[in-house]
Amino acid sequence: MRSLGLDVLFKGKNFLRLLGGLWVAVRISLISVVISIALGLVMGMLMTGKNRVLKAVFRVYLEIVRIMPQMVLLFVVYFGTTRVFGWDLSPEASAIAVFSFWGTAEMGDLVRGALIGIPRIQYESAEALGMTTAQVYLQVILPQAVRRLIPLSINLITRMIKTTSLVMMIGMVEVLKVAQQIIEANRKASPNAAFGLFAVVLLMYFAICWPISRLASYLEKRWA
Amino acid sequence: MDNALLRIEHLHKAYGPHVVLEDLDLTVDRGEVVVVIGPSGCGKSTLLRCVNALEDIQGGRVLLDGESVSRQAKDVARLRQKIGMVFQSYDLFPHKTILENVLLAPMKVQKRPRAEAEAEAMELLDRVGLADRRDDYPRQLSGGQKQRVAIVRALIMHPEILLLDEITAALDPEMVHEVLQVVLGLAKSGSTMLIVTHEMAFARAIADRVVFLEGGHIVEESREPKAFFDKPATERARQFLRTFEY
Amino acid sequence: MDFEAIRSYLPLYWDALGLTVRIGWQGVALALALGVLCAVTLHLRLPVLRRLVAGYIELFRNTPLLVQLFFLYFALPKIGLRMSPAVCGVLGLGLLCGAYMAETIRSGLESIPPIQTESAQSLGMTRMQVFCHVILPQAVSRSVPGLVANVIFLLKETSVFSTVSLMDLMFTAKDLIGMYAKTMECLTLLVVFYLIMLLPVSVLGSLLERRLRHAEFGP
Repeated sequence: MRSLGLDVLFKGKNFLRLLGGLWVAVRISLISVVISIALGLVMGMLMTGKNRVLKAVFRVYLEIVRIMPQMVLLFVVYFGTTRVFGWDLSPEASAIAVFSFWGTAEMGDLVRGALIGIPRIQYESAEALGMTTAQVYLQVILPQAVRRLIPLSINLITRMIKTTSLVMMIGMVEVLKVAQQIIEANRKASPNAAFGLFAVVLLMYFAICWPISRLASYLEKRWA
Repeated sequence: MDNALLRIEHLHKAYGPHVVLEDLDLTVDRGEVVVVIGPSGCGKSTLLRCVNALEDIQGGRVLLDGESVSRQAKDVARLRQKIGMVFQSYDLFPHKTILENVLLAPMKVQKRPRAEAEAEAMELLDRVGLADRRDDYPRQLSGGQKQRVAIVRALIMHPEILLLDEITAALDPEMVHEVLQVVLGLAKSGSTMLIVTHEMAFARAIADRVVFLEGGHIVEESREPKAFFDKPATERARQFLRTFEY
Repeated sequence: MDFEAIRSYLPLYWDALGLTVRIGWQGVALALALGVLCAVTLHLRLPVLRRLVAGYIELFRNTPLLVQLFFLYFALPKIGLRMSPAVCGVLGLGLLCGAYMAETIRSGLESIPPIQTESAQSLGMTRMQVFCHVILPQAVSRSVPGLVANVIFLLKETSVFSTVSLMDLMFTAKDLIGMYAKTMECLTLLVVFYLIMLLPVSVLGSLLERRLRHAEFGP
């Protein structure tokens, strides 16, 4: 029977290398998510404010993120800005910049949605108690909004992780690239390794993302 | 001769351990208007839902014209055509116009030709004063108007019995009247109805028979509605009626 | 900026746009068909089938399109299933986005209050009639914002096609940069062409959304 690459998978340090590649993807997503959540909270609050100019700017920003493929953004940042500004940006830094740019927009919009979902009377009764704007948000509004936000932000993590597979296109060695390298190296000995390895990569992504999305939908139901 | 149209025998309904209706018997004769009253949570609405097989029942049976009505029955859709029902919340189909709402069932379920069904629909809409709203959507109507359309939508199927489930409970007071007038008109023309309501004056005016339900049991039943409302026989009914006085 | 270069690249970009749009819309059509079928299967709780559908949705929603595409294009031939890049692209997009469409339509179906089903049933309609005449039309109009978002998502995701050597916008840009090193010009064109492709969809989507909301909730 022709081997489908499972032998290659466990040859030498191959499996560990794959896991290492997966960690690269996860690391980039986690850093980007943390940045996105922090900036997104600020952006969401500003979007519910009254400043028209700021609102217009955010609208344009959201629309750009909505219609520009992340891959295009990666190329623009990694190849474009390095050329225009002459700086030296590592692939990882570019990836984190792009994913945070994207995540902040998504998060900001989610925060805005959660904030306007809270009835007006909550703001008014807090203000009637003499709270400052900061107090109103910190003590009354955000604690309520956070419940709706947590499941949605968890979903954002899985989407980040899935999108990180694109960073191989700007030369990062993540799990998909590692798989390609292993397949290349064993082309002679195991010509069909592509099947086993890509299947394993697919399952690896699934093994990470599936539990996280289950958690998100569980929380969403529970806190609905 | 047996004049019974609807026969409910030993009806038992429970949600898990919580018993809603227990060993309940009730008969509705042809042309009779039976009004069910009772405190909130006494099982009035559940009773109507069981009659229309919208609920699973745990015991007993519901017979319409001698035929058993149950969720499991293969021809439950055919039996439901004989039972018209109007709900408390305005349940018109929001994506269809008033006329389409009324025509949907006669055309799709009874396969009646459009021209004939439409003629009847317009006649019925005219009777409830809404013929000129035929092309509006439900959202453009007031609550009372929507309820009148819901009644028309049930009537056009020529049901043998009409179930009305607190049809005025969600309406503004000034709209209650227009809906109840329509129902009074139906009673005069001899329709068979089983009505659940909180409108005591209406119940007194329309009922051939009053049933007082509490805790899943029929506590009192009277063929003399005037007498019942003036001087109920049981202490429980007396207490209940007193809550409507100030 | 070298406008002479830009002018000479333009025809290549238009071709690439054509290809991207073609694959994209075939993918959308496949995804919509698949999405409706899957959502209906789940909603009506068809035995066995519904488990298969649920598995498909989970698998495709929780893995990256790029990896799915690699699997279709590089791995399947090893067990004898060979497809052209174009077929791969349409299939990959359709399968991925079908899973998202299914979720969107399913939640649209679930958002219809049970009283709608009950009042239709009390008029004597069968389960199928209730579903076709009452539930589905309402669910579809409620799903429109989600469906439009999915279409945009799907058209965006076409950017990964370049990896299976389909000459889409991304591929063309990469190719030209590699050959002539006019990075800025090529990237600018890339951004502009994605705008040309997706801005109209986005605008159309919000118009459609507003109209439908108007139809449901009134003037």
